Formats: sequence, C-alpha cells, structure tokens
Amino acid sequence: MSNPSSVNLFDSRADLAKAESPLAFSKSRGDLPAVSRDSRVVVRERPFLGHLILRGGAIVLDEAVREELGINLPGRPQGLTLDASGERSIQWLSPDEWLLVVPGGEEFNLERRLRQQLADASFAIVNVSGGQTLLELEGDAVRELLLKSVVYDVHPVHFPVGKGVTTVFAKTSAIVRRPNERCWQLVVRRSFADYCLRWLLDAGEEYAIGVELGDESRGAMP
Amino acid sequence: MFLIYCPYCEELREEPEFHAKGQAHIARPQDPEACSDEEWGDYLFFRDNPRGIHHELWVHAIGCRKFFNITRNTVSYEILETYKMGEQPTITAESLSRDDKTADGVQVADGGQQTVGASDSAVNFVRGAKV
Ligand SMILES: [Zn+2]
Repeated sequence: MSNPSSVNLFDSRADLAKAESPLAFSKSRGDLPAVSRDSRVVVRERPFLGHLILRGGAIVLDEAVREELGINLPGRPQGLTLDASGERSIQWLSPDEWLLVVPGGEEFNLERRLRQQLADASFAIVNVSGGQTLLELEGDAVRELLLKSVVYDVHPVHFPVGKGVTTVFAKTSAIVRRPNERCWQLVVRRSFADYCLRWLLDAGEEYAIGVELGDESRGAMP
Repeated sequence: MFLIYCPYCEELREEPEFHAKGQAHIARPQDPEACSDEEWGDYLFFRDNPRGIHHELWVHAIGCRKFFNITRNTVSYEILETYKMGEQPTITAESLSRDDKTADGVQVADGGQQTVGASDSAVNFVRGAKV
C-alpha cells in the first residue's frame, strides 16, 4: 500500500555530500573540443537535475502534478510538457509511466508533496536523479548529427517541439526530446554517459562540435 | 527500414527497438497440480511452428517497454496486425481462408501450406494431431 505515512523517504541529494556528474571522467581528461565560431553543434550537460519516475493511472497523477507544478500530465504517447519557465518538464514514457525533470534540489520536496497529494491511490515514485543525466544539443547541424545517431525519424514534421521518445541511440538507448525550438535534449543512462558523449564528439567532428563544460562535481569535499 | 506499429506508442517504430518473444496466447493450465506430465510439457516446451499465420508476443524493448502481440505471416514475414495484451487477433488462419483467401491484400498459402493460428479450434486440432 502506498499510504504516505508508511513510505520511508530520505533526501538522497544530501547537499553536504560530494557528487560527481556522470561525465566527470570525460571532463577531467581535458581533451574535449571547445566551442568555436565554426561550431554548428554545441553540447552542454545539465548535471544534478532532479529526475523522478512517476507510475500509476494518468487521471490521479495528472491531478497531483497539476496541483503541485501547474502543468498537465501529457496523456498522449510521446508527449512532453513544460512549465512557463521551461525549467520543469514532464514526459510520457509508457502508458503508465512519466519522467518528471525539475531543477536540482527540488526533487525531494516535490516527491513528498506528490505522495501527500496521491495519498492512498495506487502509484509509485522513484527518484532516479543519480542514474541518468541530461545533455542539451544546440546549433543548426543538430538534426544532421541525430540522423547519424538515432533510428527514430527526427524530421521536424515527425518530431515537433513538445515530443519525446525513447529510442536506439548509437549502440545504446536514450530519451530524445524537443523542449523548444532552440535545442534538443538527450537523457542518457549514467553508465553510458561517457560513451554517448564520445559518440557525439566523433559524429559531430565534421560540424566542429564543441562542449560547454558545466560543473563536474557538486557539494563540499569531505 | 522495417517499421512495426506499437499499439501502446500508437505509431510506427523502427524494428531495432523491438524484440520477439515467441508464440502468443499460451494459457497457463488453471490447475498445474492436476495436469498430466504431457499437458504440462506441452505448455512449457512445445510451440507451434506454422507455415503461414502465426500469433507472436513481442516487446517494445527500447521504447515503451510494453509487451504486445503481432499476427505475422511466416512465409512472407508480413505483419498483418499488432494488438495489445489481453486482446484477441482479428486476423487468424481461419478468418483468412474464410474471407476468400485474402484480407488486407494478403494471399493465404494454398494446399497444405497454411497451418494453424491461435484460435481454440486450431489449438485443439494440433493437440489432436500430436496424440
Ligand atoms: Zn511502444
């Protein structure tokens, strides 16, 4: 039963502890191509975001998410909705599963509030923030880069803004999504993050791909 | 590319996203304790291998990760329909031979090539033939 009082919650973010981005190793090698004027693709990691997997019926989840975040749960397959700031998003993953991405640090309280909203409905919330990371791709050659990397049709007619799919990326899988006209996003598994970045750098060489380095670690050293 | 319609994603997706999982509509015996060894062995190990219409279980492994069913012609490899778990096929070997041997432009193999589907009568026919 998902009685909120019987679920043990703990803040896995633990801001005092040191955390490393899944790309810490790649970033620490110091050989990533920098962004230049010729770069037609720019890769940027958005590390340490809050990722929550919501499972359950669409109707109860929609009510809870609208109450807490003010955005609609995408009811149709491949749907992706964002809040007004564009910082919080929720994506359809399967008929009973959604991915909620929020700014880092918000996920613990959000999970607790959602559990209170959902009370004894049948649902599951799993914090997967440590298991995956989000890459942003920007530039006029991003679509060409994706054509070489995913099996899914990324033509704008077939893949408009507000769509997101899980599909084959290189020799692994990734969530590919279009939150706005400006960029494409990839959600990749932690253990495949270095591989995915290396793939992008190799495939993007002809577009003078550049990496905008973000933080590779967070929190105080012990 | 080879596209398969996922009934949960509600669109055509590339074949590398899918995995085949064998024959569909295999009902677990209601009371395993009361089964004969032969009945249990049939359920566990024996599968149809028809030349023609076959109902199969597939999973959209790199996608929505849901299992669903495919009706496929094992001669032409053509996928005739896909449908959700718990649903019944609208196209079977019997329905095709009934409908003047064509449905959706598919020619059913003649004279002994066409074998069984997943309908009860077909399963009974096979069980009977084995004994
Ligand atoms: Zn699917």
